[in-house]
Amino acid sequence: MSAFRLTYKCYGKSAILIEWPSKIDKKICEDVILFKNKILNNSSKEVVQVINTYSSLTIMYDSTINIIYDDILDLKSLYQQEIDSEITKKYRWEIPVCYDAQFGIDLEEVGSENELTNREIIDLHLSPIYTVYFIGFLPGFLYLGGLDKRLHIPRKSNPRLRVEKGAVAIGGVQTGIYPSISAGGWYVIGNSPISFFNVKAKEPCFAKASDEIQFKSIGLSEYNKIQSEVVKGKYKLKKTEI
Amino acid sequence: MIRVIAPGFFTSIQDLGRFGYADIGVPNAGVMDRYSAQLANQIIGNLPSDALIEIALGKTILLFEKQIVISVCGADFSAKLNEKPIDLNRSILVSKKDVLTFDKPIYGARAYVAVKGGIQTDIVLGSRSFYRGVTQQGLLKKEDVLPIEKGGNTKAQKNASVKIEMEHFTDRNLLVYPGPEYELLSFKQKTQLRTVLFSISSDNNRMGYRLEGVIENELPSMLTSAVLPGTVQLTPSGRFIILMRDCQVTGGYPRVLQLSEMAINKLAQKPTGDKIQFKLEV
Repeated sequence: MSAFRLTYKCYGKSAILIEWPSKIDKKICEDVILFKNKILNNSSKEVVQVINTYSSLTIMYDSTINIIYDDILDLKSLYQQEIDSEITKKYRWEIPVCYDAQFGIDLEEVGSENELTNREIIDLHLSPIYTVYFIGFLPGFLYLGGLDKRLHIPRKSNPRLRVEKGAVAIGGVQTGIYPSISAGGWYVIGNSPISFFNVKAKEPCFAKASDEIQFKSIGLSEYNKIQSEVVKGKYKLKKTEI
Repeated sequence: MIRVIAPGFFTSIQDLGRFGYADIGVPNAGVMDRYSAQLANQIIGNLPSDALIEIALGKTILLFEKQIVISVCGADFSAKLNEKPIDLNRSILVSKKDVLTFDKPIYGARAYVAVKGGIQTDIVLGSRSFYRGVTQQGLLKKEDVLPIEKGGNTKAQKNASVKIEMEHFTDRNLLVYPGPEYELLSFKQKTQLRTVLFSISSDNNRMGYRLEGVIENELPSMLTSAVLPGTVQLTPSGRFIILMRDCQVTGGYPRVLQLSEMAINKLAQKPTGDKIQFKLEV
């Protein structure tokens, strides 16, 4: 069942990097997460943390790796083992986004680059169900796959120094939501009033790799209503198990 | 309590860092120079994981509002207690109303102030290390009040002190290992990496150190993957960035080298303009 050819590399003296074929692929993403959970639950060595990305896992150990060969052998055998692990539930999250011109500050530019009207950009952005591949860049920043080809656009050559919290943006073949104010090189087409990172919550980031995201268009007044509910901690995100 | 009279340029609370949340995008953070920070804790009998004050480039003034044992390690910023110069790397009993000042840098880039029992600011996701967006603030500011242990030890300690290796601050050589993309480099690039004396640009902070100079490079960016503190990235424009403790958890530039833990500590003590040379251990 573990069908991919993986490569194992030493990454400094206390980390190992495991690589799948370098591409954005749902099957690879699922295999990465499956192996990550096996490592977290079954590693014989003390693991500090495991970082998963599109097609790699980086395992940081508590201690220095003495004989890399032995650790890699252990990992290889763990990869092949069929372990009945608890299947974690996956959810599809409905994320409200306001595409009003007040937020969609780059809609015009995307439109002229890709020869689309504002309406077409918004519809193309709303229609897919996106997969969360992993979380990185900023606390709570979801790397989403599934953007329609007609919205693919090279990153800005001059990144914006300040992108607002909640900004929904596209860049390259990806789309994402800025969880906090940051510099950024993607094109901003809307804003979501949802918090993607909250240290006070039991799960600081509600979404997990391999969950799904569906955007829902909202108007300005609903945006303001949801935002005040989020601030009061009263807003409940819609989710369905998948 | 300790009151911040003047914060200085980049002063923050740090412990060994925040681990286990990288997969939701949370950087490790933590003290830049673990060697000096651990020394500071060790001298006064603290745990290695106790939080301390990290001061970059001096100009900090702290007021103690109770008697407590402290130590100051790392960079020499002409530290004075009530205007009188103090020794670094030894335990010092400070009294209520004592003022500790840091001023002109003599050597190093980061000083550490440890207090008996550790600084007791809030623990967020398992760590007290400041990181803006995770903790409420990223830097200390004027009039901040730092809680310290109630009834902390006020017994005058034996004059515990240690001798430090000045090499930690002066040595240009950084021990590095090949990074995951090292093998993609050309023979010429590999040679340059080993032989060039690199200079630290003014673009250096807790996230990373950009090096001066450009090498020929045709390696494109890669599919986003994990990066670690100590990773040396090569940008498409041929510049090197050494990631430090506050670095993001993922990145898309080729990871050509990885600094040893001690090399990260040494680099953390190097200010703008200092020279470094990579010593590759294969």
